[in-house]
Amino acid sequence: MREVNNKMLRRLYWKRREIALAIKRFDRSQQLIVLFLTLLSVFMLLPIVYILNHAFKPLHELFQFPPTFIVRNPTFQNFIELLSLTQNTFVPASRYLLNSIIVTFLATAGMVTTGALCAYALSKHKFPGAKIVFGSIIASLLFAPETIAIPRYVIVQGLGIMNSYFGHVLPMIAMPVGVFLIKQFIDQLPNEMIEAAKIDGSTEFGIFIRIVVPMVTPAIATITILAFQNAWGNAETSTLFMQDDSMKTLPFYMATLTSNLANSVARQGAAAAGALIMFLPSLIIFLLSQRKVITTMAHSGIK
Amino acid sequence: MSNKVQIRSRQYADSSVRTGNNVTHKLMGLAAEIWKYRLSYLFIAPFYAMFLLFILVPIVAGVLLGFTYFNAIQFPTWVGWMNYQNLFSQDIIFLQHVVPNSFKFALFVGPLGYVCAFFLAWLIAQLPNVLRTGYALAIYAPSLTAGIAMTVVWQVMFTGDRTGYLNSFLLKWGLIEKPMLFVQNKDYLMDVMIVVSIWASMGIGFLAILAGILNVDKTMYEAGRIDGISSRLQEIWYITVPLMKPQMMFAAIMSIVYTLKSGAIGTQLSGSNPTPNYAGQLMINHIDDYGFIRYELGYASAISVVLLLVCYLLSRVFGYLFSPKEGE
Repeated sequence: MREVNNKMLRRLYWKRREIALAIKRFDRSQQLIVLFLTLLSVFMLLPIVYILNHAFKPLHELFQFPPTFIVRNPTFQNFIELLSLTQNTFVPASRYLLNSIIVTFLATAGMVTTGALCAYALSKHKFPGAKIVFGSIIASLLFAPETIAIPRYVIVQGLGIMNSYFGHVLPMIAMPVGVFLIKQFIDQLPNEMIEAAKIDGSTEFGIFIRIVVPMVTPAIATITILAFQNAWGNAETSTLFMQDDSMKTLPFYMATLTSNLANSVARQGAAAAGALIMFLPSLIIFLLSQRKVITTMAHSGIK
Repeated sequence: MSNKVQIRSRQYADSSVRTGNNVTHKLMGLAAEIWKYRLSYLFIAPFYAMFLLFILVPIVAGVLLGFTYFNAIQFPTWVGWMNYQNLFSQDIIFLQHVVPNSFKFALFVGPLGYVCAFFLAWLIAQLPNVLRTGYALAIYAPSLTAGIAMTVVWQVMFTGDRTGYLNSFLLKWGLIEKPMLFVQNKDYLMDVMIVVSIWASMGIGFLAILAGILNVDKTMYEAGRIDGISSRLQEIWYITVPLMKPQMMFAAIMSIVYTLKSGAIGTQLSGSNPTPNYAGQLMINHIDDYGFIRYELGYASAISVVLLLVCYLLSRVFGYLFSPKEGE
């Protein structure tokens, strides 16, 4: 118990004293909760600790018996292998990585911008048809792109955006959850504030940039995370809409690496390194904005 | 507010002036109204164009394709309700494996995952502020793992011989006598799928629930105690849940979406579609099987339509449960 607590204290070292004081004040039920949650957290984090360690294991440790959890002699060998693996084919792994970065950036930026614009108009402008538009967005909240992959394929082909970044980005921009979340936040802003800005001579766009966006940053941070995760881990657009290998993204490459992994010895290390590369950006983005997401969501809430 | 009233009164004035209140006048009025709000349409245009192109039109097209025979090469031919008749009367794999599997998987990952998320969020909310973030992060972190990347972990974790982590661990502690084939055996695949899916399910919905619980006004609990609420369970049922319906609704929607999306986990774990003995075959895999392996796109669309309908009905049920009633 003390050991686990210590570990946690180290992680939150800047709050060390505060936590120590808090633990001293605990009653019995809170102690039980802490014990339970600590054990559970360790269990939840096991695979993630594993992936961090696995990526740095040299080859003989990857296949050691009995298997070891923690890496003994960390090395960058796996990352080098990952990068050199495809150098005998046409497309190097760095190309997939570059594609992934470009696509994720464009898709996230596009989703957040278009989503926020749409949400503002839906929330504060009572234009004819607003109800129908919002209704259709609500109804498709549950939509899973996998179910209608076939017509999507036909449309992407018809638009002539196969094998281009548009083919990756445009389908990902259509994310109803984003508009829904931001709209729920903008609904809470008092109309009087927007009216006042209008009287002061602000344009609609000025109101949006200077008043609405700063007020709904928690929702925008949340949506950024969602859109980022969605785009970064998305293999669907590569599989369906890209025939040209040099236009595919990292998740697709990972899928080719990991297929039949259980039966093969080769590429284990490269796959582990790739998995770490896939996981880290999501974690970093979340760590950077988690304060905003967790604490501000708690104070303003989704209503 | 005053602006809206002005618009209304102007409309009424207009309609009373035009005594010959015919269709053209109405249409012109609507056109003028639309023109007045042209900026609003400009605001929604970028998103809604993408939405129409990549979601709404595909859904409509998918519904139409469901009534055809389409093999991706020839032009689709109309077959009426045939696909649906076949699906519910002749597709033995669908009826014997896919439906029960989907039901079991959805029941565990959906409602059970949802209850777990609520319970964990509630536990975390009982702790002081400084500790919350750490635990919330630990429980949220698995949902950050992209599906494909994690295959690496799961395949090594559940390897069928003694080099697999789980097998090695169980052997060492004497819990089993010989290694078990976790993902190749039809008896275990489903259980492994459920555990893995729940592990990674505490995503943004979990955060919303946590935020909702923390958002409940503390004085409400005191008021409740005066009114005779005696246990923590009663507190949750009568105070916490009713006060956070919007967050519960949002989490429910995210939970359905997640359950749908995680359907591919079976093929990822076992490395084949169809999964061994169809043990982990879910609706999504069945659609993939017919759509992109057998190229019976019309039939695959019909299955998609059934799946969409089920999801829509579920969302209506949740909407009914958690929609704010009048006066709340």
